[in-house]
Amino acid sequence: MDFQYFIELFFGGLTRGSIYALIALGYTLVYGIIGLINFAHGEIYMVGAFTALLVAGLLGYIGFPEGGILIVAALAAIVWTSAYGYTMEKIAYKPLRNAPRLSPLISAIGMSTFLQNYVLLAQTPDFVPFPMLLPEIDGILALFGDVLGPSDFFILVVSFTTMVVLMLWIRYTRMGKAMRATAQNRTMAMLLGIDANHIISVTFIVGSALAALGGVLIASHMGQINFGIGFLAGMKAFTAAVLGGIGSVPGAVVGGLVLGLAESFTTGYVSGNYEDVLSFCLLILILIFRPDGILGKRQVQKV
Amino acid sequence: MKRIFKALLVAVWFMVLCSPIMGLHVNPDNSISFLWERLVALGIGIFFASLVWDWYFSRVQTSAVHMHMPKGVTATLGLFKQKKTRGACLTVLLLFLVAIPFLPVLGSIYQISILISALIYVMLALGLNIVVGLAGQLVLGYAAFYAIGAYTYALLTTYFGFGFWICLPIGGIMTILFGLALGFPVLRLRGDYLAIVTLGFGEIVRLILLNWVGVTGGSHGISNIPKPGLFGMELSLQSNTIYLYYLCLAAVIVTIITISRLKNSRVGLALQALREDEIASEAMGINLTRVKLMAFALSSAWAGFAGVFFAAKTSFVNPASFTFMESAMMLSMVVLGGMGSITGVTLGALILILVPEYLRAFADYRMLLFGATMVLMMIFRPQGLITGERRKYHITALEGREEQA
Repeated sequence: MDFQYFIELFFGGLTRGSIYALIALGYTLVYGIIGLINFAHGEIYMVGAFTALLVAGLLGYIGFPEGGILIVAALAAIVWTSAYGYTMEKIAYKPLRNAPRLSPLISAIGMSTFLQNYVLLAQTPDFVPFPMLLPEIDGILALFGDVLGPSDFFILVVSFTTMVVLMLWIRYTRMGKAMRATAQNRTMAMLLGIDANHIISVTFIVGSALAALGGVLIASHMGQINFGIGFLAGMKAFTAAVLGGIGSVPGAVVGGLVLGLAESFTTGYVSGNYEDVLSFCLLILILIFRPDGILGKRQVQKV
Repeated sequence: MKRIFKALLVAVWFMVLCSPIMGLHVNPDNSISFLWERLVALGIGIFFASLVWDWYFSRVQTSAVHMHMPKGVTATLGLFKQKKTRGACLTVLLLFLVAIPFLPVLGSIYQISILISALIYVMLALGLNIVVGLAGQLVLGYAAFYAIGAYTYALLTTYFGFGFWICLPIGGIMTILFGLALGFPVLRLRGDYLAIVTLGFGEIVRLILLNWVGVTGGSHGISNIPKPGLFGMELSLQSNTIYLYYLCLAAVIVTIITISRLKNSRVGLALQALREDEIASEAMGINLTRVKLMAFALSSAWAGFAGVFFAAKTSFVNPASFTFMESAMMLSMVVLGGMGSITGVTLGALILILVPEYLRAFADYRMLLFGATMVLMMIFRPQGLITGERRKYHITALEGREEQA
């Protein structure tokens, strides 16, 4: 019984952690390229969840076949959210490329406030039920018994596939190489003929797409969303990114999983009330004692 | 023509972008309403905004233009800055503020309580300005100190029956202790990491207040907090509000005087040096640890005072008053007004509190506009409404030589 409970918590944490990892990747990619903590990333995730909700509602209303709704809604969320990410970068960050360090950060906080209230005003301040879109997979369920729900299984498969594809993409494609080059040294990359502005746009698009996917998955897992979900999710994903070492792609994945497991075990064995406090404390402790994270490189401040 | 076409394209882009969230609404009975009129309005708005945006950036590219304040405003400010007229201006302003409770329209309880909260925010913004504006350290958890001050007053008065005047310094001391406790470990952190750590701190404080039900009452908060009495006398609601208004006014005046003195003191100059270049100022012999901690302590003390006033004013506190939105709002006051400028920050706080209060139509859009303001200010006028003046030294001998050369 005890072991069973442990396994349940383990898979619960893994599911949660893989969502954190998906969102954390967006933070880490953007930070790697332009050194900005994209404060509005959590809001991008929330916009993704809302877009999926609305598109799914629309499809259900016009009588679209059941099975296709999830795929179309998720795709729509990804496309629209990427567009939000792209537009956000063009408006709020691009004009501040050469401004002092704090300016884009303040602009990002402004953007985050703006997006939250935009959804609040355009939609509703209340929690909205999110339709149950994830498929019921009975065959595989039998294998895992009670420990893994169908939506958990689905989330794990989708998020891990996405992460592997992303890592391969960054490692082997032309665009991925250009991205890594820009992250290392933007000026040098530009001298070698890489269009840095283009790369930055692509980074925002990819990050937002991942956040949208995370948004759709977790919203159908949790069953309800509102305009404020982005803040907490954003903070946790940021914790995950820092935990793994911000700027490092595998780090974000490791950080997300570690955070998810830590939260799950605290909730299961200690108390559920302070689970958010745990992640914030973790964030502060890491930033103070090991700001480079688990997989990050040690950075020396130069004059 | 090309520009108009481009603006049209941008408008269409935004209409497509916002089409799900603005154009669709899922009703409770799962039917869908389409809100076309919103999208059309948005498209038209974006079209003109895009024209302005494009025009501005093309101007910037051809010649370095900066946004200027309207002439009337600059003239008024100039009048304010001159020593001769300054005293007169300040006296008139002060007399007006003192007379407000006795004026017919402005003197109602409702109006005065709006003014009290505006004054409390002025205190908060000025306090935050010490650490953000002067020292250049971005703090995003300022509402936490505000909360600690408010809860200190609430708990001490309801549990132990302490009076207002005992709680005010205790609130300040408590927040200083917390400020130091937070400040000490984060000394090494750079700008953006510091911002995140303070944000985390703010959330931790709020979550503890929310979950520690035995002491803080959880999400119900603490109600029926006694209001301050005048020399032990119980006051009626009307006179109590007026009394509190004068207390806040006095507190704001003390704050302004203290901070303007601080700005030109040794510590204040050290803080400004720190803002410009941390490494250089350390090389000049400034003790970074000491100076940063001082900034943290001073700034949090002001939040504590403001918190005590807040709890005394509303006689009810709960964690919902101290969310991240609150911190973001205080930050936008400092950013809007002009980091480092006392007049600017005061003005910023008054604008952000009073404008949504009196233009009811905007009240719902308050936070939306705050967010937009923060982004736009950073792009178009990063120095804020009123530029914090920098001390300049004129070395006459040197200037003369330059002219000769």
